[in-house]
Amino acid sequence: MRVMAQMGMVMNLDKCIGCHTCSVTCKQAWTNRAGTEYVWFNNVETRPGQGYPRRYEDQEKWHGGWVLNKRGKLVLKAGGRVKKLLGIFASPVQPELKDYYEPWTYDYKTLVDAPLGDDFPVARPKSLITGEDTKITWSANWDDDLGGSAEHGHLDPIVEKVRRESEDKIKFAYEQTFMFYLPRICEHCLNPSCMASCPSGAIYKRVEDGIVLVDQDKCRGWRQCVTGCPYKKIYFNHKTGKAEKCTFCYPRVEVGLPTVCSETCVGRLRYLGLFLYDADAVTAAAAVTDPQELYDAQMDVLLDPNDPAVQTDARAQGIPEDWIDAARRSPVYALAKVYKVALPLHPEYRTMPMVWYVPPLSPVVDLLRDQGHDGEDAGNLFGAIDALRIPVEYLAELFTAGDADRVAAVLRKLAAMRSYMRGISMGNDPDDSIPEAVGMDGQSMYEMYRLMAIAKYEERYVIPKAHVEQAHDLEEMGCSLDFEGGPGMQDSSPFGEASGRPVPVAVETFNALRDRQTSGSAPGEATLRGRVNLLNWDGTGAPPGLFPERAQSPEKAQSPETALPGAPTDPTPAPGSRPGDQP
Amino acid sequence: MLASEAGTGSAVDISAMDIVLWGVLPYVMVVVLVGGLLWRYRYDQFGWTTRSSQLYESRLLRIASPLFHFGLLAVIAGHFFGLVIPMAWTQAAGMSQEFYHFNALLVGGIAGVGTLGGILLLIYRRRTTGPVFMATTKNDKTMYVVLTAAIVFGLWTTLASVFEGEHGHNYRETVAPWFRSLFIFQPDIAAMAAAPFSFHLHTLVGMALFVIWPFTRLVHAFTAPFHYLFRPYIVYRSRDRDTGGAGAKGTAGAVGARSSTVAARRGWSAVGTRDRDTKNR
Repeated sequence: MRVMAQMGMVMNLDKCIGCHTCSVTCKQAWTNRAGTEYVWFNNVETRPGQGYPRRYEDQEKWHGGWVLNKRGKLVLKAGGRVKKLLGIFASPVQPELKDYYEPWTYDYKTLVDAPLGDDFPVARPKSLITGEDTKITWSANWDDDLGGSAEHGHLDPIVEKVRRESEDKIKFAYEQTFMFYLPRICEHCLNPSCMASCPSGAIYKRVEDGIVLVDQDKCRGWRQCVTGCPYKKIYFNHKTGKAEKCTFCYPRVEVGLPTVCSETCVGRLRYLGLFLYDADAVTAAAAVTDPQELYDAQMDVLLDPNDPAVQTDARAQGIPEDWIDAARRSPVYALAKVYKVALPLHPEYRTMPMVWYVPPLSPVVDLLRDQGHDGEDAGNLFGAIDALRIPVEYLAELFTAGDADRVAAVLRKLAAMRSYMRGISMGNDPDDSIPEAVGMDGQSMYEMYRLMAIAKYEERYVIPKAHVEQAHDLEEMGCSLDFEGGPGMQDSSPFGEASGRPVPVAVETFNALRDRQTSGSAPGEATLRGRVNLLNWDGTGAPPGLFPERAQSPEKAQSPETALPGAPTDPTPAPGSRPGDQP
Repeated sequence: MLASEAGTGSAVDISAMDIVLWGVLPYVMVVVLVGGLLWRYRYDQFGWTTRSSQLYESRLLRIASPLFHFGLLAVIAGHFFGLVIPMAWTQAAGMSQEFYHFNALLVGGIAGVGTLGGILLLIYRRRTTGPVFMATTKNDKTMYVVLTAAIVFGLWTTLASVFEGEHGHNYRETVAPWFRSLFIFQPDIAAMAAAPFSFHLHTLVGMALFVIWPFTRLVHAFTAPFHYLFRPYIVYRSRDRDTGGAGAKGTAGAVGARSSTVAARRGWSAVGTRDRDTKNR
């Protein structure tokens, strides 16, 4: 057994209002760059719907994920190593830009610059790919809120499948429609098929927290990962020619902050925490024959952090004590394995995804309410879950490889919690028959309610900090001369401004310190190339460049802006003056 | 180190130009190629990519790119047989000159035509597909000219020998010995000087291609991912053991610009198409 830690996420779909705040903040943080205009590391899909990119779940077309071969061995659906290499010159099933959408902006300048005329100026849409006028025909959430579902709804691969199996029962007539939102990020799988598809070995899983990243220096743009990922959560940056993906906001997570999508989630539906899992058991678990048993296999891979044997093994593997403690308090472990209400997205892809979903009860509750029934009565809810096969089957295709009973069991737990807590808040005696009906007791049901409904910030996000005791090793690795402007490097190279590496801070500090020790004055512009180094500033005087130049002329010095009471009028501050003294 | 007297015994006079072209230039080319590759590998890992344009267009690419690449692999294999394996060896193996020649023309011709067709289709696609053309840099255009010229002139030497038939030039007595002599630092300049103009031209353009190679997108050929056949599927890497700057930047480009005086790092430039205007081509 090899115990490893994995950062995981759970999303409670009942709470998602489809506001796209997560997508927008994620885009602002990570993909507001040339080359990634069409990229949404986080996107929110309305289901039923085609998703983004369109119909990505149709693996007969896109060949993502893993399958079992005739001998029961786990192989990439897109083909083995030799086949992958032979297809390297033109990736056989890579989605094109039109499968995502053509990103655009608007010609806002016209609104300001247009000459006076009889007509209002119009900001035409311009393609961000060609710069030409464009016609907007699709986007990452074009079918939001079932917009156009009467026309496109049947294109949802899950709808197609459920229809095949239930003889056309999903109607897109408005009154019969059910709907929910599905926010998606990279699944940070335990058995990632993107990683297995990468010819360069540039995609890796971090040992410490299981976050899957693309090494931008090692990626050579062979594009096989785009095909390999069944969730289509690896994107090709068409400007840099490198693959990019959701980073689980690792710079934030490392210091104990939740990811941007989680932090900004209006519905507070995201949970972050640790799983401990047995890395040696992953491949066998992913190779279980019956797809509907993959969920159980995945559960078995997750280890109980309260088990002393697991803790001992974790310590032996070098997992720090505070991480083991965080794993014990992990909300994602509680939702996935203790309460068993969170389910993995498309376990049948055999990638062992680590972003989990609490399926939405709201379609059921909405329907009961719309029909005039009590949507919080346990009996009504249980009955409705059994009767409403279509939403349940749809959810089952998403979360349990089609095992409707498993989804129904989760929904019954959610219904029981709703009904049980309604009774308590109405001042009635707790009806313990309700939790018992779903195999829980009143106490655990209340705790589940606390975690899911109250959902305190500290309980939703249990993120142990990265251990940076060896931070100095990380900071300045490699030769201290290999920096931009150093020996052998030009300030700008024929390959663009990013060639080479940034100046290590230690080198800059060393030079600044030496200058200061030998010259008798504060480090100047010459060594810092226009920047200010405050690391060596002892508060005496002000290093040049700390404040903007002030006007020398007497009129300016007397002007109201600068002649503040008590402020020194001399542009060079007196020794001992503090930055706060300056206006 | 210059012309060895024990050459082919050809009666061609060796001019100063010959010495420069066939005795000096090959070594300059190797120095630039190897030095350039090492330099770029050391300092421009982020720029080392295929810069695939498949995201924009894949209908033509699906035909043209494999046609070109597989054709090129066959062409490279053909060059190996023609240049590296001495004529004496194939004759000792019982392969007659006619048989060798016929095969070389047949296989080489097919491979050459495939490669040329592939690259012409790729260039056509690059020119006519808007987004692909916009993503084409000056560097790319220069590279395409040299690459296409090398293929065209190479095919010319092959086709010329078809029409010349029996009386055609046998490059295995001129170019090949010269090529092999380069490796022992005894360049057989006389042998190469005796080759016809078409071979001279093809060789020169070929050397030009190798000289610009490290500075173009062609570098991706030198990181052909054969190790994929042998590596484990799942790659674990420790955060603490990340190499060099990757420890700090890890993914999605790099750390942001350190101050406003430093231009934005590649991959982090602002959204828009200003960087793709005409002055960039």
